[in-house]
Amino acid sequence: MSAENGTAPAAGGARRPEVEVTDLAVRIARTGVPIVEGVSFSIEAGRTLGLVGESGSGKSTVAVGLLGYARRGLEIAAGTVRIGDTDILALDPKGLRSARGRIVSYVPQDPAAGLNPAHRLGPQLREAITAHGDVPKGELDGRVNDLLESVNLPATKKILRSYPHQISGGQQQRIAIAIAFACRPRLIVLDEPTTGLDVTTQRHILATIDELASVHDAAAVYVSHDLAAVAEVATDTAVMYAGRIVERAPTARLFAAPRHPYTVGLIASAPSAEKAHRLLGIEGHPPRPGSWPDGCAYADRCPRALPDCRAGVPKLLEESPGQLVRCINPVPIDATTEIVLDVPTLPTSQEMALSVRGLVADYSGTPVLHDIQLDVPRGKVTAVVGESGSGKTTLARCLVGLHSSWQGEVLLGTDSTSLAPGASERSSDQLREMQYIFQNPFGSLNPTMTVVENVEEPLRHFERISRAERRARAIAALETVSLGAQFADTMPGRMSGGERQRAAVARGLVVEPSVLVCDEITSALDVSVQALLVEQLRDLQIERNLSMVFITHNLAVVRSIAQNMIVLQQGRIVEQGTVDAVLGNPQHPYTRQLLEDLPRLEARAGSSQAA
Amino acid sequence: MSADATTPDVVPTKAPRASLGGRAGRLLRGALRTRRGQIGLLLTLIVVGIAFLGPLFAGSPTALHGGPFEAPGGVAGPLGGDSLGRSVLDRVLDGGWRILLISAAATAMAIVLGSIAGVVAAYRGGFADTLIMRTVDVLLGIPSLVFVLMLLSVIGSHAWLVIVGVGLTQAPQVARVLRAAAQDVSERDYVKAVAAWGVPPRTVIRRHVIPSLLTPLMVESALRLSFSIILVASLSFLGLGTQPPTADWGVMINENRVGLAQNVWGVLAPAILLATLAVGTNMFSDAIARANLSAGSAGDPTLQMALTSSNVAEGDEPVGLDAIDEGPG
Repeated sequence: MSAENGTAPAAGGARRPEVEVTDLAVRIARTGVPIVEGVSFSIEAGRTLGLVGESGSGKSTVAVGLLGYARRGLEIAAGTVRIGDTDILALDPKGLRSARGRIVSYVPQDPAAGLNPAHRLGPQLREAITAHGDVPKGELDGRVNDLLESVNLPATKKILRSYPHQISGGQQQRIAIAIAFACRPRLIVLDEPTTGLDVTTQRHILATIDELASVHDAAAVYVSHDLAAVAEVATDTAVMYAGRIVERAPTARLFAAPRHPYTVGLIASAPSAEKAHRLLGIEGHPPRPGSWPDGCAYADRCPRALPDCRAGVPKLLEESPGQLVRCINPVPIDATTEIVLDVPTLPTSQEMALSVRGLVADYSGTPVLHDIQLDVPRGKVTAVVGESGSGKTTLARCLVGLHSSWQGEVLLGTDSTSLAPGASERSSDQLREMQYIFQNPFGSLNPTMTVVENVEEPLRHFERISRAERRARAIAALETVSLGAQFADTMPGRMSGGERQRAAVARGLVVEPSVLVCDEITSALDVSVQALLVEQLRDLQIERNLSMVFITHNLAVVRSIAQNMIVLQQGRIVEQGTVDAVLGNPQHPYTRQLLEDLPRLEARAGSSQAA
Repeated sequence: MSADATTPDVVPTKAPRASLGGRAGRLLRGALRTRRGQIGLLLTLIVVGIAFLGPLFAGSPTALHGGPFEAPGGVAGPLGGDSLGRSVLDRVLDGGWRILLISAAATAMAIVLGSIAGVVAAYRGGFADTLIMRTVDVLLGIPSLVFVLMLLSVIGSHAWLVIVGVGLTQAPQVARVLRAAAQDVSERDYVKAVAAWGVPPRTVIRRHVIPSLLTPLMVESALRLSFSIILVASLSFLGLGTQPPTADWGVMINENRVGLAQNVWGVLAPAILLATLAVGTNMFSDAIARANLSAGSAGDPTLQMALTSSNVAEGDEPVGLDAIDEGPG
């Protein structure tokens, strides 16, 4: 009932929306290139608008625009942002300062960025409360305690006297949220507040946000690239693409019956924890600011594109009740039945590509891994699952020899003796057989070398071949990950995250290893890009009989690609087995907790159908 | 062999890589697109031009034209005469190139020594780090002028010793900056990736760490050059660098300061040239640093994309990556 009157403010007896944004536009100040255009929405008190989109869609720009802020080099070119009775964009700098925190507040993605590392938490909380008006000294401590309780943190001296770095990321984010709610703002803007937190912490944070928004009857904007998190927390959802809202509807409706082809594509890209299916990614990437095509910006990637799509930007029209869609050829309602392609079944294999026996690792004396057993059959994927701090990255680094302080046995293929702990003590063949792919695509390629030079790097080290042959093999490897020759001579800095991550995979593949160790390689990627990469890996697994150790915290990705899994908690295996067995019937409370805390698209979509 | 050429010269010799030249060129072009960089380079080139082309036009720097401190425009030329009656103009034209050459050589030495020490300390860590960096701290604790003075007064005044002395006093600064930068780079995944193939540290440093340090290297080179120039001129001023009667800007300031009231140009002309050069190289190094900021590498993909889009990234002023990297504050 809220989205319907989004464009028609406060008519009749309906409650006036608490927040109303009309035609917000942001552009690059010097060149006038638009970054965000014609964004309008309204939010009623107590409701949460989810803003989803891929990197570069302009969702964060809209989010900070609600505070009357534009990042350096950008300017708010047009539009109004009304919160309560205040027109934020009409305020002078002084008025804006007074409005921020009091009327609208902001929770950044990185909680550490929102907290001053040089001050203890107590004074920071007190400052947040007194920033907009005096509070009697006697009441201040009470208010601080209330705030901490409202975000489920104990109001102990220990917390108040801590510095931000002394508490966990989840606790930092709670404090940041507490500060945002300190002056009881009418609108709270949350910019990817749970990215980088594990599912259990994320679940608690989402619950806290939900509760605070309804207790204070405040409106909230929740920006995220994580569809499932948005499905859990938002009452309404707007999907952004290339600076415009392409679809807006009540959340349940949007996920149950998406109408814009882009929304449909995003949802088809998301893996499910319930059932393994092939992920349909979206090829290509969003147009960059300044090179938006004429007409619909999605037309170049859209399977339903018509010639008319390029004629003019489609209007945001109400295609179904309460559902606004910016598309001249929207997906019909009854056509959005699930397209599920089954994952091909793999031949069984007895031969092991990698086995780990009784691995124990420590960091300068502090044990972090205890008695790890792990088997990776040839041609299969074994997932290693656990929260941050569970030791899964340490395990990966032990396997490839980047962390050398461990005991136990790591047997590669049919070897009968264990690999040496450190990479420098292993034979060239052993090093070649197992390749490591890093989590962050922005750090794993050398920015001073072209892509093909990066991919050639391992060949230089492992094989004595001519320059021409080296280049040919590197380009062949790039082609196996669908990066054409046109990428060969670009610098990594010119590529998107997904392209870089594929180049990193190509660098691993170029020496034809038998085992890939993939450390959270999809966690920094957008869901449509993640889908493409996962399918790429699946193809490689089948074609090359490649084995993988796939480290992740995302159970849905595990379901999608892995055959076996282990669950790590505090450095110990708490559950292991086939993926179907572990996820279908989890035995350990920790595994059950992880599954339960996983945000799901299905939950929301299901509830709407029932309604 | 002009001063601006020495800056990039130093770097590629250490890391012979094709793409490096391209990046250095991009950084320099970026710096030249800013007003700061243009002025800096212009000032530098003016002084460098005078220093190296001057000798072609100068009369004898030691010939006497009348008495001490002849007035400007008289027998001693447009800038008058110096303490012994020599032409200030001739001596100014002839007295710069030695300072510049010596400073450039000292800078090259400082950059090579300092960056090796800094990078090895950062990449090796542990005991090597402690040993190198504590040595650096000790060297930094000695005032640079005092250190070179001591060296020169013990061993004697030689041009090579000035180079070594000035190079040694500048190297620790370079080492500190490069260590900080290299520490960051050494932690990057692409360096770890190479280490995971069992590539020896020497190769990792040469192929992957040093090329990533291009920016600090270039900024440091220009900055150290301006410090070296001042230091070398100061030594000449104190009588321990270039020896009279050879013309030298530092020497001139010393010789002529007693006659400041009679002919101000004997001091002012070399002083202005030295100051201009120092300001120029400083501004240019600053412009390189800023150019890099606005063309930085890693960061938020959104900003990255906004910046790499043709019309934004290669634009004149940096709407640069800093616009993208900074969250709302």
